[in-house]
Amino acid sequence: MTINYMSGAEAVIQALVENGVEVIFGYPGGAVLPLYDALFENNQIKHILVRHEQAAVHAAEGYARSTGKVGCVLVTSGPGATNAITGLTDALMDSIPIICLSGQVPTHLIGTDAFQEADTTGISRPCTKHNYLVKDANMLCDIIHKSFEIASNGRPGPVLIDLPKDIQLSKVKYKNKIFNTKDHKQIKSSDLDMDVINKVAKLLLQSERPIIYGGGGVVNSGPHASKLLTELVNILDCPVTLTLMGLGSVPNTNKNFLGMLGMHGTYEANLAMHHCDLMLNVGARFDDRVTGRLNAFAPNSKKVHIDIDKSSINKVVSVDYAIVGDCKEVLFALVEEVKKLHNQNIKKPKTKWWSQINKWRAKDSLGFKQLGSNIKPQQAIKSLYEKTKNMDTYITTEVGQHQMWAAQYFGFSKPNHWMTSGGLGTMGYGLPSSVGVQIAHPKSLVIDISGEASFLMNMQELSTIVQYKLPIKIFILNNEWMGMVRQWQELNHGSRYSESYTASLPDFVKLAESFNITGLRVDNINNLEATIDEMVNIKGPVIADIRVEKEENCFPMIPSGAAHNDMILSSEDNNKDTSNEGLALV
Amino acid sequence: MSVYQKNEVKEAETSRTLSLVVDNQPGTLARVIGLFSGRGYNIESLTVTEIDNIKNLSRISLVTRGTSMTIEQIKSQLLRIVPVHIVRDLTLEGPFIKSELALVKLVVNGANRVEALRVAETFRARTLDVTLSSFVFELTGKPSKLDAFIELMRSLGDTEISRTGVSAISRGYKTETKLLDQI
Ligand SMILES: Cc1cc2nc3c(=O)[nH]c(=O)nc-3n(C[C@H](O)[C@H](O)[C@H](O)COP(=O)(O)OP(=O)(O)OC[C@H]3O[C@@H](n4cnc5c(N)ncnc54)[C@H](O)[C@@H]3O)c2cc1C
Ligand SMILES: Cc1ncc(C[n+]2csc(CCOP(=O)(O)OP(=O)(O)O)c2C)c(N)n1
Repeated sequence: MTINYMSGAEAVIQALVENGVEVIFGYPGGAVLPLYDALFENNQIKHILVRHEQAAVHAAEGYARSTGKVGCVLVTSGPGATNAITGLTDALMDSIPIICLSGQVPTHLIGTDAFQEADTTGISRPCTKHNYLVKDANMLCDIIHKSFEIASNGRPGPVLIDLPKDIQLSKVKYKNKIFNTKDHKQIKSSDLDMDVINKVAKLLLQSERPIIYGGGGVVNSGPHASKLLTELVNILDCPVTLTLMGLGSVPNTNKNFLGMLGMHGTYEANLAMHHCDLMLNVGARFDDRVTGRLNAFAPNSKKVHIDIDKSSINKVVSVDYAIVGDCKEVLFALVEEVKKLHNQNIKKPKTKWWSQINKWRAKDSLGFKQLGSNIKPQQAIKSLYEKTKNMDTYITTEVGQHQMWAAQYFGFSKPNHWMTSGGLGTMGYGLPSSVGVQIAHPKSLVIDISGEASFLMNMQELSTIVQYKLPIKIFILNNEWMGMVRQWQELNHGSRYSESYTASLPDFVKLAESFNITGLRVDNINNLEATIDEMVNIKGPVIADIRVEKEENCFPMIPSGAAHNDMILSSEDNNKDTSNEGLALV
Repeated sequence: MSVYQKNEVKEAETSRTLSLVVDNQPGTLARVIGLFSGRGYNIESLTVTEIDNIKNLSRISLVTRGTSMTIEQIKSQLLRIVPVHIVRDLTLEGPFIKSELALVKLVVNGANRVEALRVAETFRARTLDVTLSSFVFELTGKPSKLDAFIELMRSLGDTEISRTGVSAISRGYKTETKLLDQI
């Protein structure tokens, strides 16, 4: 064998290495045995054996989101690939760069309903940014190199590569990556329209009631974009709010930060959005959870949208100015322009705007009363934050009320430290995602803030956690309900709690012990802090069963189909009849 | 797309002809069609064939309907598809030619046979097949011309129709060569 000839499977692994892959999350099966053979005793790529292929993708998402690198997944054909579909859809919705390698039956058997055959490229087409079925071994290396470009360039997303077994076994000549910079569709910083940047900078300075609304695109763009965004906010002394996906891109401690906006956003963030005269959207996509009723969305404002994906612009909200580009590049140009103009004394004072905002702030929409000995879930998160804020802490979440409480009460001072499933809202995301985060940051404190129902969706990953000695802390806000569902049933369906009780729960402490993990339980507020201390101080993984108030609701809330200025702040507020149209919304 | 009602500016839908250059690869067409079905856009006509066998490129001519905001969405969404290289909006660019080919089989006896041939001649249709009781005509031209022809044929007897869908190109001397060179 000459140096350059190798099996297809070996070429795949070498191409991964060449693209900087250090970790791959996977699960073996017949159609990927050659790849597993190539991985055997490979010391350049660490394989993490998950316990379900969905979890492999979520773990890769956690890895990617917390490092800015591409996450990598390996699954077998048929059921392996179909199990990965939820994860791929999740990554597509939240713009996470993922490479998923799937095994396939040999090329000559494709289309014959062979054992464990599935039309994987067909099934995954709508849930990937792009996908390939490799039918020619000579194309193998190029396709893998190209896939990494596609996954990470522009708006990131998942790419699936379907690898028939005979291709993995065939002899190929390894081809190195050629850096071809001429992707004619890619947006270059030189394409930035400086006229528009100048106009927007002027608008920002001259408007009386501006607001900046930042999103996941800022996080995607890398830590420098977050710095620039914070700088822009500081120079303009302008209020800033962030989407669920954007949390951390401006430090929570920044005095201009109004908290998250949207359905469960703060009163001040939503009202400032409603009453602004200028809105600058930086890397967010006007999601329906954020805008509320569209025909009442920031009705008297000029809107500016910065997004790397042209299709995000004017998709749901028409804007006055659009800047297509990478956040960090556009923000850099914008900050420079604002600085230049700043000296010309055109800045309008924002004191009136701030005094109005401070009145809204005074409502203290996230206020709650911790009375009695029952633990309020809000308090649990608040205490968790207080106890861990000075550590290098990464938070992942599942989906439901606990996720929203985490977004509201945990403060994020840096980007990439908050991993949550926003677009798809996938219960079962948090635990596997925490696996990916902990693998990437072995020394850091990684906490999965979970609900008991969501935890059950991917709890097989406890086994992975134990195998790789990952000291993940699983912080379950146990209210015995699918709390978010129960809340909607209470508010919209006359408290008819149809199938939303999580019956027959396991004893989480015993469950932990059965995996040789520490299990903790607390049900009294007086012991909450001690339990958190204990959890944090234990070297290994912990399941903390935090028994919280069972029927607590998550507020503030913009009811379905309502506008930003129609928020309800507590259950007593819920006297507005939801229209049928509103009821139809998810 | 959001489930909330859109900003209520009622704007009429118009027909647009788009011309795409895509990689001639398995899956490309499925992605294009999946985009339309998945996001609820209309396809009125679609044709695809290879136009460059060295670079492996195909042209998709596509007629769709929508408000200008929807059309903008369709165009940007199409451009997101990795193997789609060029998306041109011929309707917006200026004068262009739309042409289509139809094969029309007509089963016809007696006096109507003469009438059929007369109509075919007026439309400059070619007669590709003749039996004592049938014809197959071939006609190219604007879709509206084809429509008119087919309607007349239907009134003369039993018909079977096969149409290619619209193929389109801009008028004038401008070509895509520069754009294609970048691919
Ligand atoms: C139970 C539940 C409740 C929720 N409630 C809320 C809520 O109250 N508030 C809220 O905000 N969200 C909420 N969400 C999340 C919501 O569904 C959306 O996922 C979220 O609002 C989208 O965030 P985003 O707009 O920042 O967009 P993302 O999905 O993060 O998209 C990022 C945007 O930036 C662009 N982009 C990507 N990379 C770059 C780059 N480098 N440069 C420039 N642009 C780039 C992309 O094209 C895209 O348009 C909730 C989710 C769940 C599950
Ligand atoms: C896979 C999946 N199935 C169903 C849902 C719908 N859903 C959203 S929140 C929720 C309840 C979550 O309950 P739990 O994990 O206990 O969290 P809590 O809301 O009680 O904090 C459900 C069922 C979902 N988001 N994901």
